[in-house]
Amino acid sequence: MKSESPLLKVSDLTKSFGGVMAVTGISFDLKEGELLGVIGPNGSGKTTLVNLITGFVKPVSGKVLYKGANITGKPPYKIVDLGISRTFQMVKPFYQLPAFKNLIVPLYSPRVKKLAGGKYGARDAVALDLLEEVGFERDARVSYKAASALPQGYLKRLELAKSIALRPDLIILDELFSGLSLAEVAGIVPIIEKLLSQGKTIIMIEHRLKELFRIADRIMVLNYGRKIAEGPAAEVMESDAVKEAYLGSEV
Amino acid sequence: MKKRKERIDRGIKARSADIFALSSYREMLYLLAPGAIPVIGLLCFAPLLSAYWKEVVISTAVYALLAISWDMLMGAGLLSLGQSLFFGIGSYIAGTLNYYWGVSPFLTIPIATLVGGALCMVLLLPVLRLRGIYFAMVTLVLPLMFARLVEATRIFGGTEGLTGLTPFPNQMTAFYVIAVALLCALFGFRRIMSSDYGLVIKAINDNDRSVMNAGINIYWYKAQVLFMGASVGCFAGAFVTHLDMFAGMPGFALDYSIMPVAAAVVGGTGTFAGPMLGAFILVPLSEMLRALGALRIVFYGLFLVIFVVGIPEGIFSYIQQKYHQLERWVEVE
Repeated sequence: MKSESPLLKVSDLTKSFGGVMAVTGISFDLKEGELLGVIGPNGSGKTTLVNLITGFVKPVSGKVLYKGANITGKPPYKIVDLGISRTFQMVKPFYQLPAFKNLIVPLYSPRVKKLAGGKYGARDAVALDLLEEVGFERDARVSYKAASALPQGYLKRLELAKSIALRPDLIILDELFSGLSLAEVAGIVPIIEKLLSQGKTIIMIEHRLKELFRIADRIMVLNYGRKIAEGPAAEVMESDAVKEAYLGSEV
Repeated sequence: MKKRKERIDRGIKARSADIFALSSYREMLYLLAPGAIPVIGLLCFAPLLSAYWKEVVISTAVYALLAISWDMLMGAGLLSLGQSLFFGIGSYIAGTLNYYWGVSPFLTIPIATLVGGALCMVLLLPVLRLRGIYFAMVTLVLPLMFARLVEATRIFGGTEGLTGLTPFPNQMTAFYVIAVALLCALFGFRRIMSSDYGLVIKAINDNDRSVMNAGINIYWYKAQVLFMGASVGCFAGAFVTHLDMFAGMPGFALDYSIMPVAAAVVGGTGTFAGPMLGAFILVPLSEMLRALGALRIVFYGLFLVIFVVGIPEGIFSYIQQKYHQLERWVEVE
């Protein structure tokens, strides 16, 4: 932990969709280098929270501070420019393009250009390296296949590669593990651990609790758009509110 | 000696797409021949035609430019049903400059191209957020609105238009101006779209949220595409203004909006060469059918249906595919 002030400070964030409260008064802090796991039943507001932080949805009230600066309601491309990148739960590749060409788009962004010091270099080579980093076999044909021909496991990794390509400081992974086999998840966990060792800060929205609890520093539990618990995994799962949210209340 | 068939592009494809390490003049020919066809056809053969058919080629090239402009916008997912907006604005800018201040066509055309492109971009900026049919509706309505505006307020000569404008010195000058412009637009846009910049534009068409999420301001890119496409359309309008020595309400006519779309659909979208080929089939075809009188539209419509049903991917895409599948006999040891 390099600095005392949090990397991300979310305070009292609220969003409603036509009378339905999707997120109600959520506040939390995130320290640099930390991995925060966010769990909760379906429809508890996890993805909306991600959309609020990354600017895809504007909040009704509340604030998001990143590195001390207010980023509430800024458009997504500006938030990415500041160093926050995300993956989508429903993968959004460029289906017509070959897998490695998908990465040319983030590599073409102003942020990457800035960080590369104006040197544009061989983007294709960088793209192929990034694919290898997320587990595409080196020199395999799969990197050159159109994204529309890739199986789900590769699409999820491609989604991860697209967010890593932006050289973010904070990565938000929205249900990266959903739809993957145990073996595939086991293949991705070391990639996430490596990102942490590089000093990246990560928020993971997950339903695969077992894998999440192994790598997360802290867990936040949402239910009906509200934060109902926060703390170390073991502690959180013992709390009555969480048991009730997941198992229902005693009759 | 045994022989077997092999695709001609096999050896070429095996090497890197960017580095042209060609081993023989035949491979060079294979790669360059398709690009040479429009250049040689337009600059060497077309000038040999009769004055009447040269006129047809000129008007075809105008539609081809509008079709290429349409294809550029489509590349970023902007479906335009109002190419006549660009045509009309280009026409009025060139016409006004020439009519009121006597500016030479060789200045009015470049000015109309750049200023017109910028003006159209600003006009459509507020609706860049719209996609598909919503954007299309706005582009369809704008030129009709402008035509009525000219009629109602009697600005720029009202319904009479601006007449007696400076023509080109001769037919050959006009011919080469439009031919060179068409080739520049064709190869220029093809080059842009095959670069990384063009890849970003294609990606916006594919999934705009994903491009936003890659830290790229998609509206800035769409505006640039709009400027490029609109400029080409404005050039066509300014050119015809001096060709016909007239700028008026017909510049906003529906013909200039519908024909480019038909050409692009017949030729095949997304390649620029397809829409151009489509224009070079449809416009001369329409000329040749002139003898049929009233039945002309019936046959013309019939041809359109046959093309669209028979080759839905477009004629150019079809030819391109066949060309890549060309084979040669090679010896087997």
